Amino acid sequence: MTKVIMGLAFMLILIVPAMSLHASAQTSQSYTITGAGSTFVFPLMDTWRVEYNKIHQDIQLNYQSIGSGAGIKLLEQKSVDFAASDAPLSASDVQQAPGVLTIPESIGGITIAYNLPGIDKGLKLTGPVIAQIFMGHITSWNDPAIANTNPGTSLPDQKIIIAHRSDGSGTTYAFTDYLSKISPDWKTKVGQGKTVPWPVGTGGQGNAGVANIVKTTPYAIGYVELAYVFQNKMTYAFVQNADGNSFVEPTLDTVAADAAAASGNLPAADGDWSKVSIVNQPGSNSYPISTLTYIMVYKDLSTVTGETQDKSKEVINFLNYVLHDGQQYSSGLLYVPLPDSVKKIGEDGLAQLTFSGGAVPEFGPIAALVLAIAIVSIIAVSAKTGLGFSPKL
Amino acid sequence: MVDPLISGLITKCIMMTIKMKKGSPHVDKIFKYVAIGAATYVLAIIALIVFNLGTGSAQVWQQEGISFLTGSDWNSVEGRESYGAAPYIMGTLVNAGIAMAIAIPLSFGIAMFLSELSPRLLRTPLAMVIELLAAVPSVVYGLWGLLVFRSYIKDWIEAPLHNVFGDNSIIFAGTPFGLDILTASIVLAIMIIPTIASISKEIMMAVPNSQREAAYMLGATKWEAFRLAVLPYSKSGLIGACILGLGRAVGETMAVTMLIGNATGAAAFPSSLFQPGQTLASIVANEFAEASQGGLHLAALVGIGLILFMMAFAINVVAHLLVAKVVKSHEGAVLA
Repeated sequence: MTKVIMGLAFMLILIVPAMSLHASAQTSQSYTITGAGSTFVFPLMDTWRVEYNKIHQDIQLNYQSIGSGAGIKLLEQKSVDFAASDAPLSASDVQQAPGVLTIPESIGGITIAYNLPGIDKGLKLTGPVIAQIFMGHITSWNDPAIANTNPGTSLPDQKIIIAHRSDGSGTTYAFTDYLSKISPDWKTKVGQGKTVPWPVGTGGQGNAGVANIVKTTPYAIGYVELAYVFQNKMTYAFVQNADGNSFVEPTLDTVAADAAAASGNLPAADGDWSKVSIVNQPGSNSYPISTLTYIMVYKDLSTVTGETQDKSKEVINFLNYVLHDGQQYSSGLLYVPLPDSVKKIGEDGLAQLTFSGGAVPEFGPIAALVLAIAIVSIIAVSAKTGLGFSPKL
Repeated sequence: MVDPLISGLITKCIMMTIKMKKGSPHVDKIFKYVAIGAATYVLAIIALIVFNLGTGSAQVWQQEGISFLTGSDWNSVEGRESYGAAPYIMGTLVNAGIAMAIAIPLSFGIAMFLSELSPRLLRTPLAMVIELLAAVPSVVYGLWGLLVFRSYIKDWIEAPLHNVFGDNSIIFAGTPFGLDILTASIVLAIMIIPTIASISKEIMMAVPNSQREAAYMLGATKWEAFRLAVLPYSKSGLIGACILGLGRAVGETMAVTMLIGNATGAAAFPSSLFQPGQTLASIVANEFAEASQGGLHLAALVGIGLILFMMAFAINVVAHLLVAKVVKSHEGAVLA
């Protein structure tokens, strides 16, 4: 009996270091880049995962689409290589995770989708009218404020049913950003945020939830990501541009035009992004409700737990791919490709990435525990049986 | 710090295993420690939950004080933060209340049929189907409610009621479109019926047949036999079944979040059946993922968790008191 236990314990002692050696030998050849955050970029991220793996077969991308806020939390805990978010880091986030670079990675457009039986896309709405609808001041579709900009359209005498996001989201952040810019009333009474105190309306979960409410409910209106309205063939409004001279249809081009017009005012990658807003930019072809989505990454990649010098190089390579070759997949998936002026900010940011501090050889906690158990049992057994080689206890 | 403890424990275990022989007193000791350990685990988990919820929400109690319970403001915009949970507490109570009002009579009806009236051949398959319904995950009920059932409720229940009573009646006011307190309550009722019904059935079946036979001997009809023999005997168990259902109704998250409409702040105060509302569980599900780390918003959501925990605790305490009271009066009746 005791010999069996001793034998097992010795075997453990021999196997454990061999196993950990084997594990480290494996990781020196292939890497898994981890990221987490925005559900909005997930389809694009997933395409990148597949396409990047075709070129670099030893690199795996593991992206968890758990929501922007949760992704930032994981980054603050230093447990992912990068986070993807629809909203920039807030001032308090920056305090939690100092030394984070913000790299714009794609652009989102937010449409005002509606369900009016018999009326096609292209209802013309101005910013203040949208604000008043979502505040509950304009309650009926045939309100003069809506009718004024839509001569020739017979608007129904029906109550407006309002749908908004119930979960915290970057889409809400961008939409309320726009409304706060365009309507002082909205700014003082509701404000801007990932979740805001909606005065009226029904909450749906995610873009899909809001899209579902609008699609299935006549006389409903809601704000939905560009990609969702195109995929679901919904009807959506043309929104008055900042110049006030035309009503712009939301398309990949008009959203990109808005972002390009804003690029002059954007900070550097290591600057303060918490106040960044690209809504309502000048230009007759700029669709006013748009937002940047970001990748957040530590400037010193060694901050992330378990990062090695070799792996950090692969992370930088991947982020370069995102900014350049990766952009070709954007428009196919109804994402807006980055204009060159915005891409430049990301390039400058990537150039700042470093890795300081040597790689720490890892001896996993589980391996340590197994080893400890083995040693303890040897001591215990030998103490009990008096088998020699350990001092008598 | 932990290592000597662990290694000491491991050494001890190994020693014991070696020493252990059939019938040795060590078996008793091990049994005792294992049982005590398991019991401690329950208490430790409860204590940990309360402690964590308490410390996690301390910030919001400091900031808001009692108005976190009584206020109806819910604003997470930076610089204007203010949190009051009253609409969600009310929403939870109203939602669970309506669901119980629908579910209890139906469940008892099902249980009565199965235990008293059903032909033997039908009893087993029917009971199995009900237990199967209890095992359907709540997200399935939620999706079914959102994509299918909602439009039936809207067209067949809400629209006619609204047309008859109109906006002047309080409880049927508002444009009906299916994502509201009524839909959420009805789907919630459908979800808790299997739980209540299957437990009630077991309890009614457990009533000794001699009781029924005695009632029939006195010339009782089926209903009279049920009322005189079965009901008094199973009262406490039936209350227990309802409480289990209520517990599920109060804590149900996924399906309710999908159906209740998710209004926030004062707009979520339940005033009409056709109005979007919000429950304690659904506001946490909605806002937790995007609440920023270490902020007041997160503390408020953890505080909501604490309120929900206390509510569940209160329900259980009340249930125990009720059962105890019923059992007492029941004993009295038997003695008399």
